[in-house]
Formats: sequence, structure tokens, C-alpha cells
Amino acid sequence: MPYTPELNELIKKVEKTRPARVEKKRKGEEFPAMSLQERKDILKFHPDFKEEGRSEIKVGPNTGYRIANEMVSLIHAKSRLDPDAVDLNKVDFETDVLVVGGGGAGASAALLARENGAKVLIATKLRLGDANTMMAEGGIQAATKYRKDSPYYHYLDAMGGGHFKNDPDLVKTLVLEAPKVMAWLEKQGTMFSKFDDGLLKAMHGGGTSRKRMHYAGDITGAEIMRTLRDEVKNHPEDIDVLEFTTAVELLLDENGACAGAVLYNLETEEYFIVRAKATILATGGSGRLHIQDFMTTNHYGATGDGLILGYRAGVPLRFLHTVQYHPTGAVFPEQAEGLLITEKFRGAGANVLNVDGEQFVFEREPRDVESSAIIRECLERGKGVPTPTGKFGVWLDSPMIDILQGEGTVRKEFPGKWILFKRYGIDITKEPMLIYPTLHYQNGGLEIKPNSETRVPGLYAAGEVSGGIHGENRLMGNSLLDVVVFGRIAGCAAADYVKTRAEAGQPTLDHVRAYHKALEEAGISVDNRVAPMILPDYSNPEVRKKQLTTAYHGTLR
Amino acid sequence: MSKTESKTKKAVSRTKKKEAGKVPIFVMGKRYDVPDSLTIQKALEYAGYQLVRGCGCRGGICGACGTVYRFPDSYRVEVGLACQTVVQPDMYIAQIPFFPGNKAVYDIETLDPTGATVAALYPEIFKCVGCGTCTRSCPMDIDVLNYVSKAIQGDIAAVAEGSFDCVMCGLCAARCPAEEVQYNFAILARRLYARHLAPKAVHLVQAVANVENGKYDQALEELKKLSTEDLAKIYKSLEHEPDMADEDWTPKEKVQIYED
Repeated sequence: MPYTPELNELIKKVEKTRPARVEKKRKGEEFPAMSLQERKDILKFHPDFKEEGRSEIKVGPNTGYRIANEMVSLIHAKSRLDPDAVDLNKVDFETDVLVVGGGGAGASAALLARENGAKVLIATKLRLGDANTMMAEGGIQAATKYRKDSPYYHYLDAMGGGHFKNDPDLVKTLVLEAPKVMAWLEKQGTMFSKFDDGLLKAMHGGGTSRKRMHYAGDITGAEIMRTLRDEVKNHPEDIDVLEFTTAVELLLDENGACAGAVLYNLETEEYFIVRAKATILATGGSGRLHIQDFMTTNHYGATGDGLILGYRAGVPLRFLHTVQYHPTGAVFPEQAEGLLITEKFRGAGANVLNVDGEQFVFEREPRDVESSAIIRECLERGKGVPTPTGKFGVWLDSPMIDILQGEGTVRKEFPGKWILFKRYGIDITKEPMLIYPTLHYQNGGLEIKPNSETRVPGLYAAGEVSGGIHGENRLMGNSLLDVVVFGRIAGCAAADYVKTRAEAGQPTLDHVRAYHKALEEAGISVDNRVAPMILPDYSNPEVRKKQLTTAYHGTLR
Repeated sequence: MSKTESKTKKAVSRTKKKEAGKVPIFVMGKRYDVPDSLTIQKALEYAGYQLVRGCGCRGGICGACGTVYRFPDSYRVEVGLACQTVVQPDMYIAQIPFFPGNKAVYDIETLDPTGATVAALYPEIFKCVGCGTCTRSCPMDIDVLNYVSKAIQGDIAAVAEGSFDCVMCGLCAARCPAEEVQYNFAILARRLYARHLAPKAVHLVQAVANVENGKYDQALEELKKLSTEDLAKIYKSLEHEPDMADEDWTPKEKVQIYED
């Protein structure tokens, strides 16, 4: 849907202020960035600070911790499995390393586990590679320009972005591994954007002091993911892949070590027992929970399943009290609602503007600060741009990029977004985009150590399902980095663990029994609510009323 | 736009009464009336389907939702991504969750970045009849036929660049009369190009060496020990690379930079 006449009228205001704003950019004059105090003050407009959006966890290692209602409702749900109905002696698959999840962390883990001598089974809910990694656009941070940057600055930026709450050991691992990860990806044949002499192109992201955001056009995640997926498929003798088969519970042995998992075939509705010497949770995040009813940039499968599995097995959660809302999600046209508009647009010079075409915030504040400023502009100051469906947004002035950096830059650097908007009759080289913050990232997750291990022996976690690396807010480009860094580490660590562990003990689901008992003792009415959710349910509520035998909201049968 | 704005002729009139703002679509032959602003994907959900296959990023990048459709009065088979294509009246829809295609197994490290490599792993590339159906099928507007002919000519770089936007949905392969798997030899070419032909990022070698020689270890250990206040102080005083700085920019403060 192209812009309506009303919106076209409002775009004129943007065009009117554009020449002066372009001139300022050329002179290097920026809208003033906020001080740490101003940042703190504006965060009260952030959804994380809405107390009614949260409630307290009443069972498990994080009892008393207040996080989003949508997550608590999953934590307060029963397993899909009746532990007494499962015969754990009938083993369907045996493997050295079971990787749960087929995104960037899962694929990296599988490749490194294999390289270190382990047989691997990947179980993935959707198709291998159909994951949030695929959707990451902007880039991957790494301090590779050693004449102007170093892991030291990367560390400081990541800590500052995360409000200095991040786990320092995890951040240290992240920034030191970053150049190695870039070298590894280059070796795998990942087509990064480079200059003619091979120098990796790099840009700023929100909260970076140096341009260290490397990229592959505006489809960086897709390029990394399709490369890793191709490589996983080059090792059919060592890596098996089960698609449309998701893990619904972990198995623990009598010593409390992880002994594998129970899988569920989404189509035949069969459950399978997997015995594994080591298990890696790489299930990604939970954007599809639509916390506080926000739209989301996330992949269809992002329902936080790994959190539930790990938590029931006894792994504590960290930093889940904060959720990242990406400042710039498409809010028009409706068909594209929630879709990520990469921060790279702002890195490349596009201003963020209110209904009067005025700038109200520096473009590259950390994400939570930038989002808060946009929410305040729309809700508090009444300066949002009204959309035809009654929502509000602000302008992202993409045409500035071609003016500043030369005709054709937008087409060349943002081919994915250019074609997306073109399909709806919007030319983003000439017209600005209408955006609003969109639920983007699960800042927290399962507690891990720098070698990706959890408190449960034999259980590892990597990628968005883990928590601590990004503190209370993640910087752009640190999640593509995180999935590959900790995916690789988890793969190595799991393979090592397999070598020293002759045989897993007898698997049980006793922890599930104990969890169910704890729910009961806490007086939580679970009704027929089960977790993990597996897939969100977007079917028409009117139709759902007639689906008389559907038992659970948000899950398959 | 031509691919989605197909001529529907007088199709609507043949069906039962049309509700305002709604259009009839046919999923596997069964009629549903859905709001006319929806994509095929959202229309399926509106109709009551819970998607398992043929659904992924919902944003036109993962390639999981290739869909075939046609209109009653047209002989043309049309294709698109379900998450990107807006419904049209009387669309007959069939999702093809993922079209099976052969993938060669290889060691990217030891391959020669030549046309001969692609031809050896995917010998069917020479069967191309040049019909251009692949190009017409591509939801990413890639000139697939062009990169197929570049592959036949052995121009790996051109295949890599020409196929860069590929989401590997498989619609080209699904429609190809010569039974090629364009998307699979395209990724082979992109990996060959990036691994063996593209200029190497030599700075990476030094950056990795600096890490492995432990040049940053001490400074990071010291940062780790700092209180939040002290850390914040250093953070606030960081020198920022200007937005419009070119590649030659270097900071004045060089304490934590190790040039070689």
C-alpha cells in the first residue's frame, strides 16, 4: 500500500526541513546525544518500566523474580508430557551431542562439535536455518580495525549499552573471540561487504564508539545463516538434522546431569526419546510472546522454548526483566508491520523525525534510549505521525542517505528493504519510512559460564536463550556475534565433555515431576496451560471458537 | 509488480456475493473470504490455518513460504512468497513448503573457484534451455537466468554477485523445465567467491594475532575489576569516531590500540 494522501501531505514537512538537516550532517553537526542522566530519565517511557506488565515467578530457582507476565505464564505452566506416560527405555536416537535449535548458534555449535570429533544431532522446530539469525540485517560487531579499535573499546561499548550490568567474563569472551569469528566466517566463504583491497567495510551502530559493524549488504544474518546451513549440510555423515521436530523436555540422569531430550514431531505428533552425552540449547529468543502487546521483528518460532526447558531442569534465569524493543520497526504499510528496519539506516545518516518533520533525538542512542524517545514523542508529546489504522509512528528519513552518500547508496546498501517497500509502492530512496519501536530481543536468558556450560552438567546454552552477555540492553551487531561466538564455544565444550564422559546414566523425567509438584504447592492454577508454547497462534479467533477440540492456546494438539 | 498484479479478468463475478473489503480466495480448492489487505500468509491464518510449514520469518528473507497460485481465467501459474504477496480475488493457492532439490556435498576449502567445479558438482547446469522461467519466478527480482549463464561461462564472481539477494526459496527450481537447482549452485558460487576469489581481509590476520598474543588480556582484566562508577567514567570519556570519518581516521588516544 503506497502512502495515503494524508501521509503524503505530512511528508512535505519532512522534505521542507531536509536540506538544512543534510547540511548539518555534512558539517558533522549532530543532534546532541543524551548524558547518562538524561538517558536514565527517559527510560521511564520504556515498556520495561511498566510495573503492571510484570509479575513474580513462584517456582524454581528464580522464585521472587519479577518479569513479563507473558513469560511468567509459561513458567507457571505444566509440561506437555505426563512423565508417567513416557517410556524412557525406548530410545529413538542416540548421539554424542544433541543441538536443540537450527539457527546461527545451533549451526555453529554443530559444526564445531563435529570438528572436535562428536557425532551431532540437530533438532529444529522449523527448517534448518529458519530462525532469527536469518533476519538480522545490520551487521556483526568485531574490533578488527586494530589501528583505531580494539576489544577494549568493544568491551566498554557493550558494557555501557547494557547499563554496566553485563557479566564481565562473558563480555570479555565475546569481544576477544570477535576477530576470530570474523576470520572463521570469512574462511567459510561468507560474502562480507569489502573494499577492493579486502578491507572489511564497517559502520557505526547505536552505542558504538568506533565503526566496527561489519556487514553483508543489509542481509548480514541471512548471508551468515545460509553459509552455515550449507556447511552443516556438507557433513551428512556426522551431523543429522531433524526438521519440524522440536524439543519439549530435557532428560536428566540420576546424578542430575543432562542425558538428552524428548522431541516432538510437529506433523505426525510423535514423541521421540533422544539419548545424548551432551545437549546444547540453542533455541533462540521469545519475541513471538508479544510482550505488552508489542508488534515484533521476530521469527515465527521465537517462543522462548529453551528458557522453559532449561528452567525446569534447574538453570537460573538472568536479565529477563528487560526486553529489547528495536527503535525502528515498520508501522506502515500494515502488511509489513513489526518488520525490522535496520539501525544501519541511522548509521548511514537518516534522521528520526516527528510529525512536524523535526528532529527530536540523536539517531544513535542505545536502543532502549532511542525507543523511549520515540515512544515519548508519540504518546507523551503528541507529535507522532498517525497511521491509517490508528497507530502512531515517526519518520525515518532514508532519502537523506542518497543525498549524503551519493545516488544509489540506499539501493546498494539496503537491497532487502528497498525491494520490500517497492512491492508496496513506496520508494525509500525518495520517501521516508514510518516506524515505531518493535519487540526485538530477549536481553536475558539462561545463566551460562564463559564456556557456555550451565549449572546442569552436560547441558550448554548459546545464543539468545542465554543471558548475561548483553546485560539489560544489547547493542546492534552483538547478537549475530554472540550466536557465533558462544555457538562455537558450546560446540567445542560439549565435544570435550563427551570425550571425558563415557556413558550418560539412566535418563529420568523426575525433575518434571518435581516441577509439577512445586506448581501445585505454590497454588498456581495451571488449568490446561502447557509450555513450551512451540508456535504462536495467529488463527482467526472467530474460527478458533469453532475448533471445539483444540485444548491449548498457542500450542499444537 | 507484474508478478503479483496479474490480470484477474472477470473472475470475481462468478463467485458468490462479495463482502465489502473482503475477497474470495481458494486454498487447495476450498473457498475462504478474507480481508483484501492481507498477505497470503495472514489470509491463511485468518481462514483458521495454524501454519507449521511454509512459514518462517514472515518478512521475506528466510524463503520458507514459496507459494504457487493461479486465477481461473488465466493459464499462467504464478509464484510468490506467501508473506509478501497480497491476496487477490479468486486466487487459487497451493503452498509448496519447500521444493526438494539436490545439494552437492563438498569441502569448500579444497575446491577450485572455477566453472569446472560448479559443473562437476551440478552437471545439470548445461541443460538450461534459456527459457527465463527462473527469472520470472524469482520473488527477489533476481535475474536468475543471467547468473545461470554466467555459471555456464564459469564466471564465479558474476554468479556470486548476481545471486546475492537469493533467499533460497526454491521457486526457480520448482518451475525450471531443465530441473536445475539454481539456488544451490548459487550458494556454492558465493562461497567459492568469498573464500577464494574475493580479496582477503588482511587486517583480520593481525587482529586475530593480537588477540592470540594476549595483547588485550591485561587491559580487559583491569576493566573487569573496575566499579560501575569508574567504568562509566571511562565510557563517558571515550573518543568517538565521527560519523562521516573515512577509513583513514585514527583516534588521538592510542593507549589501547596495538598497531602491529
